[in-house]
Amino acid sequence: MNTPMTALPHPARFRRLSGPAGIGLLLALAYGLVPLVAGDYLLEAILTPFLALALAGLGLNLLVGYAGLLSLGSAAFMAVGAYAAFNLSLRVPGLPLPAAFLGGGLAAAAAGLVAGLPALRLRGFYLAVSTLAAQFFVAWALNRIGWLSNDSPSGVIGAPRLVLAGWSFEDARGRYAVSLVVVSLLTFAAWRLVRSPTGRDLVAIRDQETAARIVGVRVARTKLLAFALSSFVVGVAGVLWAFAYLRTVEPAGFNLDRSFQILFIVIIGGLGTLRGAFLGAGFIVVLPLVLSRLGAALLGDGFDSGTLEMVQRIVLGALIVAVLIREPAGLSALLDRLFTRLFDRPRRVPA
Amino acid sequence: MSPDVSFFVEVVVGGLLSGVMYALVAIGFVLIYKTSGVLNFAQGAMVLFAALTFVSLVERGLPVPAAFAATLAVMALVGLAVERAVLRPLVNQPPITLFMATLGVAYVIEGAAQLAWGTQVHALDLGIDDTPLEFGGVLVSRFDLVAAAIAGVLVAVLTLFFHTTRTGLAFRAVADDPLAALGIGLRLPRIWSAVWIASGVVALVAGLLWGARLGVQFSLSLVVLKALPVLVLGGFDSIAGAIVAGLIVGAAEKLAEVYLGPVIGGGIEGWFAYVAALALLLVRPAGLFGRRSVERA
Repeated sequence: MNTPMTALPHPARFRRLSGPAGIGLLLALAYGLVPLVAGDYLLEAILTPFLALALAGLGLNLLVGYAGLLSLGSAAFMAVGAYAAFNLSLRVPGLPLPAAFLGGGLAAAAAGLVAGLPALRLRGFYLAVSTLAAQFFVAWALNRIGWLSNDSPSGVIGAPRLVLAGWSFEDARGRYAVSLVVVSLLTFAAWRLVRSPTGRDLVAIRDQETAARIVGVRVARTKLLAFALSSFVVGVAGVLWAFAYLRTVEPAGFNLDRSFQILFIVIIGGLGTLRGAFLGAGFIVVLPLVLSRLGAALLGDGFDSGTLEMVQRIVLGALIVAVLIREPAGLSALLDRLFTRLFDRPRRVPA
Repeated sequence: MSPDVSFFVEVVVGGLLSGVMYALVAIGFVLIYKTSGVLNFAQGAMVLFAALTFVSLVERGLPVPAAFAATLAVMALVGLAVERAVLRPLVNQPPITLFMATLGVAYVIEGAAQLAWGTQVHALDLGIDDTPLEFGGVLVSRFDLVAAAIAGVLVAVLTLFFHTTRTGLAFRAVADDPLAALGIGLRLPRIWSAVWIASGVVALVAGLLWGARLGVQFSLSLVVLKALPVLVLGGFDSIAGAIVAGLIVGAAEKLAEVYLGPVIGGGIEGWFAYVAALALLLVRPAGLFGRRSVERA
């Protein structure tokens, strides 16, 4: 894949909204208003999974959108993060919660480093397919090696109590708060990263590997770094998924469909943009809810869950195709266009 | 032959024959990748759709030849529709976009197939008797032999088609250099349509054989996951590569299952093929039939 994956035009107007004022407003909403007004259902069943998936999308986007390396194994890194954090908090008594999160991320980064080794030889789809090795190997290992799940049948693990410095974060509001803090911190780190020299190296490799090599980018090292950094973020997202959202997870929850889901989030949201992961995750989380409500409203009782699942699959697939055809650069670019149309009306030149 | 040796030979032969089945799915990918540069993830969904349509028609009392003809027509239409509705509007988009679109298509086809025909498991009987044949103490599944023969005929037909007909020549021209092909007046859209129809037909053959083996159900669409390591090893653009890689992956997988599986805990067929393909690529970076560049791009 030598062609650049995305062109990233930023109309001036939208910048203003994703500038300090816009971000400040969003943070004020997320930290201030939402915990005040949102009910448990909204926090627990929508916002917490949204945050975890957005973080996973953010991590994958570092790899796919910025470094141009396609991975189909994100769910495996989520699983590594979740199971590593589980084992750490189980086997190290008194380990503070942030250390468990960090450990989960680091374990996932190590796994990503190993899974990224084929990137030194393979590119494009060959590389993408080789990341499936990680996907299937991790699922197998978690099922077969009893120690990893503390010998629970079929590898199911439960999250430890979310307690930090005597404060409990066990209720819906607390788990939302944990997710929000983790996601904010890592999003900030990712934002710093993509603007750092390392971030520029990633984009240089994506856009023109040979040219990047000539100007002195250490290509092999940077590719492996991209895998490690991306997997770290995805791994922490896995910890959130297991600890803050589901509370009990099994290896089957981190299957290929989950990997595709994360990839959908990135592509629908917009490759190579940080806000794309959030837009895509919002879309993926809300869509099934809208569809099931719509289905129940339209067809009433004749709409059983099996049919619903099939219809969801069809609509999701069709929407992905539609988004790609209408706007291959994703919702992020769609939003840009919308803002340009709303605010950048061509001014009339006086005659 | 001593029992150990004949058992070993049995495992290898069984592996080679199932490798042919992997190659059968892989060929559907190769046809499309060669001519339009798309890694068509929906190939597995098409395999499922074909098998499910055929079985459902037969169960509704259609005679087998009629059901086959009808399914053939449906698959040709599906291939054509995907090309027209999805790939055509995405011409000139980067490969990753096209790949994502085929993922979307896979979801649509899988959902539609099960919505139309239901989710229960169907048995598919092709009338091939599955008593093992014995060759000098080695037992070989008759079904696998017939399947391999059918795959062989399919490949022969495709090869003849590519090398003796004008359309086949046009296919190869497009695969070689789409711009030059366009420049000498080949109609690219028509060739793409033809190729998608062809891959629909390959999906039907693969679907019938795999369906008879595994039962016709959702997991049939997961045969793509068997074909992908074969493609990595053999190259996305080589039919010969797909076959040889299929044989290697099939044999290696069966051997590992029988001799390595008990040691490390069984159930390794999910990932072993991928690891084996990657290990082979480390030894032979150019792959089996890949162009002589050091890296696979």
